[in-house]
Amino acid sequence: MESVIDVRGLTKRFGARTAVDGVSIAVREGEILGFLGPNGSGKTTTIRMLCGLLRPDAGEGTCLGLDIVRDAYRIKREVGYMTQRFSLYEDLSIEENLDFVARVYAVPRRREAVDATLAQLGLGARRRQLAGALSGGWKQRLALAACLLHSPRLLLLDEPTAGVDPGARRDFWAKIHALAAEGMTVLVSTHYMDEAERCHKLAYIASGKLLVTGSAQEVVAHSGLTTYVVGVPGGSERALAGLARALEAEPAVTVVVPFGTTLHVSGIDAAALERVRERRVRDGGQRWTRIEPSLDDVFVRLVQQAKDADA
Amino acid sequence: MSAFSLARFLAIARKEFVQMRRERLTFAMIVGVPILQLVLFGYAINTDPRNLPTAVVDHDRSAFSRSLVQAVVNTGYFRIVAAPDAEGDAERLLERGDVQFVVVVPPGFARALQRGERPAVLVAADATDPSATGNAIAALAALGGAALRHDLDGALAPLAPAPAPIEVRVHRRYNPEGVTQFNIVPGLLGVIMTMTMVMMTAFAMTRERERGTFESLLATPATPFEVMTGKIVPYIAVGFVQATIILGAAKALFAVPMLGSLALLFGCLALYIAALLALGFTISTVARSQLQAMQMTFFFFLPSMLLSGFMFPYRGMPGWAQALGEVFPLTHFLRIVRGVLLKGNGAAETWPHVWPIAAFMLVAGAVAMLRYRRTLD
Ligand SMILES: Nc1ncnc2c1ncn2[C@@H]1O[C@H](COP(=O)(O)OP(=O)(O)O)[C@@H](O)[C@H]1O
Ligand SMILES: [Mg+2]
Repeated sequence: MESVIDVRGLTKRFGARTAVDGVSIAVREGEILGFLGPNGSGKTTTIRMLCGLLRPDAGEGTCLGLDIVRDAYRIKREVGYMTQRFSLYEDLSIEENLDFVARVYAVPRRREAVDATLAQLGLGARRRQLAGALSGGWKQRLALAACLLHSPRLLLLDEPTAGVDPGARRDFWAKIHALAAEGMTVLVSTHYMDEAERCHKLAYIASGKLLVTGSAQEVVAHSGLTTYVVGVPGGSERALAGLARALEAEPAVTVVVPFGTTLHVSGIDAAALERVRERRVRDGGQRWTRIEPSLDDVFVRLVQQAKDADA
Repeated sequence: MSAFSLARFLAIARKEFVQMRRERLTFAMIVGVPILQLVLFGYAINTDPRNLPTAVVDHDRSAFSRSLVQAVVNTGYFRIVAAPDAEGDAERLLERGDVQFVVVVPPGFARALQRGERPAVLVAADATDPSATGNAIAALAALGGAALRHDLDGALAPLAPAPAPIEVRVHRRYNPEGVTQFNIVPGLLGVIMTMTMVMMTAFAMTRERERGTFESLLATPATPFEVMTGKIVPYIAVGFVQATIILGAAKALFAVPMLGSLALLFGCLALYIAALLALGFTISTVARSQLQAMQMTFFFFLPSMLLSGFMFPYRGMPGWAQALGEVFPLTHFLRIVRGVLLKGNGAAETWPHVWPIAAFMLVAGAVAMLRYRRTLD
C-alpha cells in the first residue's frame, strides 16, 4: 500500500535554533502513527510542515501524494489538522463554529453536514452555546468533529488529549480506531504512554531528531534493554529514592524509572545486570522481578543516549 | 496581609523594564510620540497661515491696480498663483480648493479712484475653515485705508486723507458666518473613521493570533485575499452606520449645510473606509498583540489628525508638512467632505481628492498581501 505521508530529511530552523533536524516519516493508509517526544522536541513544528503551515528549510516529500512545499495549498483541503491549542472561536457558538468551518471548506450540503455532526456529538440541544463555555473534553470533541467535517483523508492531531478527562480520552481513541478502520490515516502526537500503545506505529523525537520509529514491540525489542521491577517491601519513599540513586551509580544499570512504589531498572548488558540483581537480593530486603521493558523505560533510555551522543 | 517586600517589588519592576525594552514598539511609542508631537506642534502648526494661494482677476490693468495687487501681496498673507482673465475661471479655482482667495479689480478702477469715487475691490474667500482665513481678511480690511496712499500724492494729495480711497468688499464663501462647527463637524466624520476603522480591522486579525485561532484559519484553504476582504467588508457596513449617525448629528445638532450630493459623499466614504481598513489589515499582519495593534493605530492616527488640516489650517503648515499630509487619506477626505457638504461640489471637483485615497488603499492592500503569507514562519 502507498504511503500517505512520505517525507525525508525535514528540517526547520528558527534563527540559530534547529527545531526539527532531518526527520523522515512514512505512514501508510489506514495507519495510526503515534508521535512522541518531550515538550519542545519539535512535534508541532513537524506537523506544521506536513500541512503546509511552515516551509521546511530542508527536506522533501509528499503528503497524500502532493508535494509538501509546492502543493501546500492543495494539501490543506485534504487534511484535517487539530491544533495543539483549542483554535475554534470561543466567542462563536458551537453551531456557528461548525458552520464556519463547513463554509470555508465548501462542504457539500452544508446544513445537513453540520446537523449530522451536532447530532453525532450529542450537542444538538446545546448548539447555541458559546464554544468558549465548553469543558476541556467537549472542546476536544468539538475540535475533532470540526476537522472531520470536510471528510479529510489524513488527520494530523497535535496533542489532542492533553488536559482531557479519561472518559473523553477513551471515546476519542475509539473514534480514531473506527476512522482508521475505514481507511483514514492518522498522525497523533501525545505524551501519554498508554495512548502510544494504542497506535500502530510510533515515532519518537527528542531535540528535533527522530530517535526511533516502528511498532511498540519493535521499539522495545530494538532497544536491547533488560528490565526488572525492583521493590522494597515495607520500605519508605525515602528509602526508595535512596535506592534509585544507588542503582543509578551501578555501571551495569542504564536507566532507573520510578513507577509508583517500585522502580524500573534497566540495563543493556543482561549478564552484568543479573550480577547486580544477585548481589542486591542477597544483601537485603529487595525483590527483583524480570519484566518486558515498558515504552517509558525505552524512551528514557533513548533520550539519555541522545544526550550522551551530543556531549 | 503580608509586608511589602522591596526585593519582590524590585524584581517585578526589573522584569517590567526588561519586557518593555524587548517590546520594541512600546519603546518606539514612548520615545517617538513625544518627539513627533514636539516636531508637529513646534514647527508644523501655524494658526496664522500666510502666503495663501490667491487668484487675481485684474479687469483694470492700470498702474493703480498693479499697485493695489502689490499692496495685497505685501500684507504677507497672499501669494498670487493665478491671474485668469475671466471671473468664472477664478471661481472654479476656488471651488476646487486650488486657491483660498479670489481678488477682483473692477474695470475703470483707476479712473474711479482718481475721481475719488471709492471703487470697490471684491475679495471672495474660501471660509470653509474660518481660522485659515480670519487673519488674512483682517489684513485686507486694514488695506483699504493704507494702500495706495502714497500713489495719491502730488496732484491727488487732497484725496489721500480719510475716508479710505478704496472699499474692500469681502465675501466669505461656503461658511459666511464663519461658524467653526461647519468646518469641524464634517471633519470629525473623517477623523472618527480614521480611528475606529483602522483599529477595528487591526484587532480583527491580532485577536485571531492571540487566541490561537489564526493557525486553524491558516490551515484552511482560505487565501490571504479572501481573508482580507472577508474581514474588511463587514466593517465597511459598520463605517456606513457610523457615518450616518455622524451626519445625522451634524444636521440635527449643528445645522451643518449639506449642499452637495449625499450619494457622491457616500461613494467617496466607501473608498475612504476601504483604504482605512486595508491599512488596519496591514497593521494586523505586523502587530503581534492587540496592544501593539492599538499603538500602531495611534501612530497613524496622530499625524493624520495633526497634518490633515483637521486641527490646524493645512495652508499654515510648511511645505514639508503639507507634503507629508498629502499621504494621509484623512487629508483628502476632509477636502471631499467639506467640498461636498459646504461648497456643493460635484464629481469633477471631487475627483482630484479621490485618487490619492485609492492609491493609498492599493498600496496598503498590497503590503498586507505581501506580509500575510509569512505569518506563521
Ligand atoms: N515560531 C517559532 N519561532 C521560534 N521558535 C519556535 C517557533 N515554533 C517553535 N519554536 C521552537 O522550536 C522548538 C520545537 O517546538 P515545538 O515544535 O512546538 O515542540 P513540541 O510540539 O514538541 O512541544 C521549541 O524549542 C520551540 O521553542
Ligand atoms: Mg507541541
